[in-house]
Amino acid sequence: MSLDLEMEEIHKIFFEESFEGLDVMESSLLNLDVNADRETIARIFRAAHSIKGGAATFGFMEVSNFTHGVETLLDEMRNGTRPVTPDAIQLLLQSVDGLREMVKAVQAKQPIDAQRIALLADEIAQLLARHPGKAAEPPAVAAPAPAASAAAAPEPVAEGANAAPEFLAGGPGWVIDFQPHRDMLKTNNEPLRMFAELERLGALNVIADASAVPALAELQPDACHLRWRLELAGAIEKRAIEEVFDWVDANCSISYQHYAGTGAAPAAPPVAAAPVAVEAAAAPAAATAVSAPPPEAVAVPAAGAAAAAAPKGASGGGDAGSIRVSTTKVDHLINLVGELVITQSMLSRFADGCSPAELEKLREGLTQLTRNTRELQESVMQIRMLPISFAFNRFPRLVHDLSRKLGKKVELKLSGEGTELDKTVLEKISDPLVHLVRNALDHGLEKPEARVAAGKPETGTIELAAFHEGGNIIIEVKDDGGGLNRAKILKRARERGLVADDAELSDDQIHNLIFAAGFSTADTISDVSGRGVGMDVVRRNIQDLGGVVQISSTEGAGSTIRIRLPLTLAILDGQLVRVGAHTYVISLVAIVETIQAQKDRLNAVPGGAELFRLRDEYIPVVRLYEMFGVEPDSRAIEDGLLVVVEAEGRRFGVLVDDLLAQQQVVIKTLETNYRQVAGVAGATILGDGTVALIVDVPGLVQVFNESFTGGQTLAA
Amino acid sequence: MAGVILAVDDSASMRQMVNFTLKGAGYDVVQAVDGVEALEYARKNSVDLVLTDVNMPRMDGITLVKELRALPAYRYTPMLVLTTESSQDKKMQGKQAGATGWIVKPFNPDQLLATIARVL
Amino acid sequence: MSTNISDKRLEAAEDAGQYLTFQLGREEYAVDILRVQEIKGWERATRIPHAPDYVLGVINLRGAIVPIIELRKRFALESIDFGPTTVVIVVKVASPRGERTVGMVVDAVCEVYNVAHADVKAPPEVGSSVDTAFVKGLATVESKMLILLDIDRLINASILDGIGAAA
Repeated sequence: MSLDLEMEEIHKIFFEESFEGLDVMESSLLNLDVNADRETIARIFRAAHSIKGGAATFGFMEVSNFTHGVETLLDEMRNGTRPVTPDAIQLLLQSVDGLREMVKAVQAKQPIDAQRIALLADEIAQLLARHPGKAAEPPAVAAPAPAASAAAAPEPVAEGANAAPEFLAGGPGWVIDFQPHRDMLKTNNEPLRMFAELERLGALNVIADASAVPALAELQPDACHLRWRLELAGAIEKRAIEEVFDWVDANCSISYQHYAGTGAAPAAPPVAAAPVAVEAAAAPAAATAVSAPPPEAVAVPAAGAAAAAAPKGASGGGDAGSIRVSTTKVDHLINLVGELVITQSMLSRFADGCSPAELEKLREGLTQLTRNTRELQESVMQIRMLPISFAFNRFPRLVHDLSRKLGKKVELKLSGEGTELDKTVLEKISDPLVHLVRNALDHGLEKPEARVAAGKPETGTIELAAFHEGGNIIIEVKDDGGGLNRAKILKRARERGLVADDAELSDDQIHNLIFAAGFSTADTISDVSGRGVGMDVVRRNIQDLGGVVQISSTEGAGSTIRIRLPLTLAILDGQLVRVGAHTYVISLVAIVETIQAQKDRLNAVPGGAELFRLRDEYIPVVRLYEMFGVEPDSRAIEDGLLVVVEAEGRRFGVLVDDLLAQQQVVIKTLETNYRQVAGVAGATILGDGTVALIVDVPGLVQVFNESFTGGQTLAA
Repeated sequence: MAGVILAVDDSASMRQMVNFTLKGAGYDVVQAVDGVEALEYARKNSVDLVLTDVNMPRMDGITLVKELRALPAYRYTPMLVLTTESSQDKKMQGKQAGATGWIVKPFNPDQLLATIARVL
Repeated sequence: MSTNISDKRLEAAEDAGQYLTFQLGREEYAVDILRVQEIKGWERATRIPHAPDYVLGVINLRGAIVPIIELRKRFALESIDFGPTTVVIVVKVASPRGERTVGMVVDAVCEVYNVAHADVKAPPEVGSSVDTAFVKGLATVESKMLILLDIDRLINASILDGIGAAA
């Protein structure tokens, strides 16, 4: 791979890493609120440190510079010189946000929001200035370098007192007295290498002094008893020479004498010719500095960090060997398995035409095949499953920020974070959940004073729970706030013409009115919610996923929103129905019941619509043959079956000729090769290899409204 | 000037960069995500140079150097720690733990190769 | 159909294209061979509601949902019964969304010809049953006139044209 391509790849890894690190920082910072323990602070520090280092290495200087301030703050907290305060945490959280945006911008090769970053950097600088850290080194400043050179900066370079050595031949140069400590060699600091490096700076004359070397019997091979006098010719910067000995500064005694060359007599009196044992100033510094952090125990971090660690790549990641796989590959695999299921089902049907003996063998083989295929399918579907914690993760932060903003006290409880669901469903349920939680916080929960006055604890509770129930995943958003105000909702609904003035509605029906478009009982529109565009979008999004959402509430006590979603988008539990010679599929989730309709219950309504009296309610009737333009067995309602379905909170009766089998079908889209069709949600391939269309039940509502009521919705 | 280099850093992007740079120069590279992994590997195999970051979970770079020096096979193996400009005490801690020297972050590929050439 | 074509075939070169030809009514049409995915026999398709009459429906092609277009209807020719020689040419065309796989019902498949780019002439303004927007050009091979179709355009327009759009 060319250098550029390789660097692009490495940058990609850096970006991913950084986002993961930022997530770790965020969830750890939220935990810090409650208990400021060392391990958590260290973790946050490390994450910031990594980002800073990586950014600098790859040339993303703005990111690196900004992170430096953050890192400094964290370092002070880490070594105890700065207290962990809610304000500091808030600033750090905001910095994480800022960093995230910055990294996104860098990744997309877009300009960063310099103003925002500057503001944050300013605040950090101010905070740092207010409590100067008592660390051994001043924070965020260039290297003090007390240890680097034998002579501290202000000290003048010792001019050689004696006559310049012959080797220098009258030109400028240095005489270096180099005496390693006994243990210098132990760290593989080989003098010969250092001399080789000096030679690169100028001509070198090495004079060894072995006088201190003990007798062979006492000699330890790795103890250095040698010392050298080095004569280096050339106009060389002292700094360059010091660099050569940089690593061994603390393990040796070294002195430098400079000769300016050409007859310049040394002016200053000789500084002690004897080697100055330079115990680096760093040694005491090292003693007082923070001792190396003890090996960090493998603390299992909060869900957020775990989620961040879990998908870590193949290069020796932390957990039980996981790999990243592109979703394209997984989808392809799922297609293949779908094929296998169809083939297996086709074969099963062929078994009907064989001789008894062959038949037995064939049947056995097929049973085995069926079992294998089913297992394979389940395993493959599993690959796309992810725990809902990925969606729940953003809520601690969200609730934290929002409750501060609204001045409410809230405790967030999460349960069932490990419940798994399909990746695409997960991604699409995230925003609706955010809206529901914001709503609960904004409108559901009362302010602390109001709660106390109502005899409730000051701190309200919001619960997010997820669990599996009968092939679906249920997500609940519960709050112990004020609940829905029946009267208010009814009034608002009447005002908007959604409900007739004299209509009688059950509590449930009233509660579910909040999902209607444009509906909001909020007196003021906060920027959080209240604009009334939320709940209906939430419901539509959930329906698009093949799910349903309901709300139940008790005035004064709180509300519970219950979302039911299929575990996966790709597979549907379907009811096959027949209209004439055509087979269609209706999602089982949408079906309430199927009945044999009686003619006398059918009523025509001006405008062309038909209503059927089902017990105590009237439901519109959709004749599927009309919708799809096909020939049915019979047009008489009493000859067919009425499939009662529910969509968008209202019920419909769909007239078909017959019910066929129920089966799981793999959902395929018409849009790849054709296009979207009104009333059709997709297509599937049946066991006999033919294509059947999947009825779009929520879409039926639309089509029905348009064709019969001129776009106006029917009152319930 | 080949040899086996053990590169230890919890940041995958850093490891990649080091890997790419060193491999390009003809070295063999083994990667480890933290001190524990590095130590384990070093015990069972032999490497010619250890290059380690300091801040890592489970076991940091300084401790790693100390542990390695305690192993007979690694008494004299060159070891370099990656530190930042301002971290004087980390450099000293590294030396005290037995490191041969350090490389200052951020570094570019040339600096990395030059420094390694000093010890390998 | 046993004419020896090889004498007339040019080496497949940069200056020529390869085309699959098929029969539709009295005309012979040609499609860029690179667009042809496969040729299969006719099978019943599942009807799609509210589709134009030339869209017969969709079929299952090894797991993919593929629409089938009856080209006769599309070109406003009289429909004929489907017989043993009735074939479906499955093409893969470029579309705004990526790639589309669509099957076209034709009377019969003929041959594969190389046609030099230089030999392709512009279509006349009037005369053919096909909208000239869909015709890339005309070519004469073995004293036959081939109508070279712009298959991308034809297919995309047929699908996206909305209800009831004729050729």
